[in-house]
Amino acid sequence: MEKFTTLDGIVAPLDRPNVDTDAIIPKQFLKSIHRTGFGPNLFDEWRYLDRGEPGMDNRTRQPNPEFVLNLSRYQDAGILLGRENFGCGSSREHAVWALLDYGFRAVIAPSFADIFFNNCFKNGVLPLVLEAGAINKLFAAVEATPGFRMTIDLPAQEIHTPEQEIIPFEVDAFRKDCLIRGLDDIALTLEHAAAIRAFEAQRRLDAPWLYDNSTE
Amino acid sequence: MSGKTLYDKLWQSHLIREDEAGTALLYIDRHLVHEVTSPQAFEGLRLAGRTPWRTHSILAVPDHNVPTTNRAAGIADPISRIQVETLDRNCTDFGITEFSMLDERQGIVHVIGPEQGATLPGMTVVCGDSHTSTHGAFGALAFGIGTSEVEHVLATQCLIQKKSSNMQIRVYGKLATGVSAKDVVLAIIGEIGTAGGTGYAIEFAGPVIEALTMEGRMTVCNMTIEAGARAGMIGVDDTTIDYLSGRPYAPGADHWEQAVAAWHELVSDADAGFDREVILDGGALAPQVTWGTSPEMVTPVDGLVPDPDAEQDLVKRDGMHKALEYMDLQPGTPMTAIRPDHVFIGSCTNARIEDLREAAAEIRGQMVAPGIRQALVVPGSGLVKQQAEAEGLDRVFTAAGFEWREPGCSMCLAMNADRLEPGDRCASTSNRNFEGRQGPGGRTHLVSPAMAAAAAVAGHFVDIRKTAGG
Repeated sequence: MEKFTTLDGIVAPLDRPNVDTDAIIPKQFLKSIHRTGFGPNLFDEWRYLDRGEPGMDNRTRQPNPEFVLNLSRYQDAGILLGRENFGCGSSREHAVWALLDYGFRAVIAPSFADIFFNNCFKNGVLPLVLEAGAINKLFAAVEATPGFRMTIDLPAQEIHTPEQEIIPFEVDAFRKDCLIRGLDDIALTLEHAAAIRAFEAQRRLDAPWLYDNSTE
Repeated sequence: MSGKTLYDKLWQSHLIREDEAGTALLYIDRHLVHEVTSPQAFEGLRLAGRTPWRTHSILAVPDHNVPTTNRAAGIADPISRIQVETLDRNCTDFGITEFSMLDERQGIVHVIGPEQGATLPGMTVVCGDSHTSTHGAFGALAFGIGTSEVEHVLATQCLIQKKSSNMQIRVYGKLATGVSAKDVVLAIIGEIGTAGGTGYAIEFAGPVIEALTMEGRMTVCNMTIEAGARAGMIGVDDTTIDYLSGRPYAPGADHWEQAVAAWHELVSDADAGFDREVILDGGALAPQVTWGTSPEMVTPVDGLVPDPDAEQDLVKRDGMHKALEYMDLQPGTPMTAIRPDHVFIGSCTNARIEDLREAAAEIRGQMVAPGIRQALVVPGSGLVKQQAEAEGLDRVFTAAGFEWREPGCSMCLAMNADRLEPGDRCASTSNRNFEGRQGPGGRTHLVSPAMAAAAAVAGHFVDIRKTAGG
């Protein structure tokens, strides 16, 4: 996983609540057996006027001129600004892979759906929660200033705006550490392999029926 | 000291370690796997030179991509075929039990787990699918995970988790005839909202929940995720234990009594405290129909499409306008005036035998209305299909003009060939009415199986409480 320390990027506003993972990456693209290549189909149904299928050359498709990511002022955006309950719906990690593949390393919203929130951290993407008032101010600032960019300083837990405003944010200490160091969760867990084995041995004694008829 | 909730008990009995900040390592008993969210996890495992920690905790099945017609011909879409074949190969390579596409036990992962007795009380159950909450109906801690977590469970038999808060939703009273578990859970989502359960594990309780069959309880727990909570659960009682008795993967005779004694402990203590409690009058519930593009956009069938301009919250109001535009509906329209042109009976929410019986009862001896262009029944598993055929339900459906299909996720998410075209309007027993969920531009109204069947016959939504009473 790529480390996340500070991120400086253009902010793109996606001004609707309950953005679901079906909207972030529609189902026809979930047939891929790889983790990469989802970026061109991020928000496919909003972003293009024609219907997307896997394997299409997206450069020949009809972009929806009204969709926010197609506006020239938001090209090369690295930070996505959203509304309540961002990432709700299916558990598909493809949603995070699509955001990352497109170029977003951070999503800022007043609230996130749990599974999406979790999936972000596993891929070096920072889901950042700010209270609704701060989000409203950011939407207004982004609308008002073409090319609006911010810096997210994860070690300091601060956002720096062009107006020199500093917005502090909260992040779980363990997840922050994993992001900053780019740590692989599995390797960390396997450091506790002996504890897992001991737990399992006890469980076999306490609940033997879980083991005597497993899926052999 | 207050007692423990069911969730507290399940959490503590699987806890391997926990640091001061509450980051915990949780042991996983059962890992269900399907073709869409697993290939990258197996690839990651191989790249790191790892193997599954406990192969026999895993049960795999292809369900999202499989065709629902002419299985013998294989999968026509080459990309779907590769994904299903990749699951087959991964299961062969690692020695994992899989019910492959042509196995009679194949079906939707959340239907076959309980059907096989592979989901048991007291287990932690995970799957790379948000509707894993279904299995909580058995007094299990069951939740959906992403692909990185699938790989993590494969490699370590554990997950890194933080404990959720406790919520209890009690539904009292007695449901009216024609009102089902689906209506209960849709009403709950309408009440607390799609983010109402975020950060919570939800326990469903009260007389209405206790009176539900296991299949009804699964329907309720299934849609917990649509209320924002990863895990929903219901305490164990005799209904739970009776359901499990004799299932293929349930405990054998030598451990049955011991297991049952342990399972009876899987209820919240009488003095347990919850961080949030919600109470609903089940007796006051009408059949529910969604009108928008989020499951919380739901109203009783005798209600009207709401007026966004009456909503005070500006973000919500804008969301309602967008939803009505997408759904092509006018505020103030009676729900019973809405005319679907497609009907889908299926999905992990409502494709079990009781769902098919309830739907068949609404259409017996009648025909699908002329305005219905397609009506599909997709059983949840091969065994559900067999049972339905043994009861003659398939003939009730086909005589009425429904298509009787092979088991799978089908038009719930339209990853296979079953999908809506732009502008199609569907009465669906599935769980999500998001934009494009059942096919790009398709419009979904979520309802119970009996409501979907009644709409198929009438050509519009009907209040089945009135027809049920005569």
